[in-house]
Amino acid sequence: MEVQEIINEKNLVYQPSKLLTGAAFNFCPGCGHGTVVRLVMEVVEEMDIQSDVIGISPVGCSVLLYDFYNIDVIQAAHGRATAVATGLKRVLPDKFVFTYQGDGDLAAIGTGETIHACNRGENITVIYVNNGTYGMTGGQMAPTTIPGMKTSTSPRGRDVATMGHPLRITDIVASLDGACYVTRQAVHTPAAVRKTKRALRTAFENQKLKRGTSFVEVVCSCHSGWKMTPLQSNRWMEENMFPYYPLGDLKVMNGQT
Amino acid sequence: MKELRLMKGNEAIAEAAIRAGADAYFGYPITPQSEILEYLAEQNTEEAGGMIVLQAESEVAAINMVYGAASAGRRVMTSSSSPGISLMTEGISYLAGAELPCLIVNVARGGPGLGTIQPSQADYFQSTKGGGHGDYRLLTLAPYSVQEMADFVALGFDLAFKYRNPVLILSDGVIGQMMEKVELPPALPRRQTGEPWATTGKTPDRERNIITSLNLDALKHERHNLRLQEKYRQMEAEDTRYTTNLCHDAEYLMVAYGASARIGGKAVEMAREKGVKAGLFRPVTLFPFPSKALYDAAKNVKGILSVEMSAGQMIEDVRLATECSVPVRHFGRYGGVVHAPGEILEALLQLAADSGQPTACRKGTPLPADQAQ
Repeated sequence: MEVQEIINEKNLVYQPSKLLTGAAFNFCPGCGHGTVVRLVMEVVEEMDIQSDVIGISPVGCSVLLYDFYNIDVIQAAHGRATAVATGLKRVLPDKFVFTYQGDGDLAAIGTGETIHACNRGENITVIYVNNGTYGMTGGQMAPTTIPGMKTSTSPRGRDVATMGHPLRITDIVASLDGACYVTRQAVHTPAAVRKTKRALRTAFENQKLKRGTSFVEVVCSCHSGWKMTPLQSNRWMEENMFPYYPLGDLKVMNGQT
Repeated sequence: MKELRLMKGNEAIAEAAIRAGADAYFGYPITPQSEILEYLAEQNTEEAGGMIVLQAESEVAAINMVYGAASAGRRVMTSSSSPGISLMTEGISYLAGAELPCLIVNVARGGPGLGTIQPSQADYFQSTKGGGHGDYRLLTLAPYSVQEMADFVALGFDLAFKYRNPVLILSDGVIGQMMEKVELPPALPRRQTGEPWATTGKTPDRERNIITSLNLDALKHERHNLRLQEKYRQMEAEDTRYTTNLCHDAEYLMVAYGASARIGGKAVEMAREKGVKAGLFRPVTLFPFPSKALYDAAKNVKGILSVEMSAGQMIEDVRLATECSVPVRHFGRYGGVVHAPGEILEALLQLAADSGQPTACRKGTPLPADQAQ
């Protein structure tokens, strides 16, 4: 079969969201960010809310979100995305506001803003990509780095006696009354991608229903930060990250799908 | 009809914000300015007129909430006092870098560190020289009465939107806490027009809007900085403000702003009674500093006394403005101590007595130990 015969409309099973600008992602090939970034726009497009959605990208691998998204985007200071989202959503209560944050951003420098925004039940969607490292700055130890894991600032492995324990911030968020939907997902297999997309859809639908804060963690690999191949890092993630960060819903309020 | 009320400076700011049609206030309690948040909370502003008032979990969060709401093109403000403003400086740098309009109020107290809760003007450098990282400036208004606390709110919002830049009202614990008669400004209708740059959701009729202070391309970022500098020069050309009192025939000039101008004005009157021709030059905008006007005002004077409740910060701008053509001395009590008119008068009379003598370019006027309170 010729290539031209394959590329025709009846064979089309997938195409990128029209809300992507077409700019090449700056993520390393094999990184989960690219998948999560496109899933968010697929959900926004399917819900047909692109005229009413504003994204907030703080500092980290998410910082250049506005290069990829053909929607309004605010670039925020490191860790402050949920505070920025609070200010924006309070003056635009009928718009959809989401933050897209990494673990260094959300669970280290931005811990205070994260907890208080979720505790106030700000009617926003928080997308939290947890890869256990600071990817943008070259693979330093993050609050979520698991015990024994080697990074450039824990070269002999994370020693919990001196470096503290990995922070399961999603579990903390689930305990807050303001959070209406808290889930932990992954994007390392097609099945996991589908589940994450469903979770993102729920998280945006909740805003429409003004239910409170929806919080979607996506456990991802960072093979360049972890110094592995993409396949190795996916396996390593399943064997080492998932036991520490088990996938599934942590909190689902009544009436949610 | 005039609407007169007896109010604290802090209350006047809050009431003026409601009347200026402010869309949102985000703040965190700190003495001596907590009345602003308390007053707004008491007024139930959201139900009364739609103004959002939210107590944040920190000053860091408050300024970033301002950043978010300002991104929507709304009239947003916050207030704090010195240590809280220090916490906000990162966010203020981002606001200036992303060219977002907003109003920030600093009811300053003595520092450094936790310092004291008493009034101070030791945040002059922080306010006028940038404060946070990067080449940015805040248009800084310095009220010296409760009336100006009220008047500068609407003015501050207008200037913030004119320049797409944060505007700072630099007040102090004296002006914030004292009560005076104030003529309240008329209530303005809430602005309905959207800003073309605001991130309110990309509708099909326009390109997407992006709020950011990031440019990874250095040349592009230099162009961005040049544009910011152009804006600051425009502020100098169009929105420099100052007042003068008894300056036309003055031989000795006092330069003072805020509470110091209030107290210093009395000292100028006392000096005149003693036959010393003194005058008061009061910068109303601290950035842009009224350099040209001060240079002109200083042409025929024998000496300048720069009075501020600090160890000598504004004096640097006074010297720069007058290009060392006139001896300039500093007088000020600081660390929370407010100078008395008599002390300033003494410094003025000493300046007159020393006229013609070269004065050391040093800061500060040490007081005898027994005068220290």
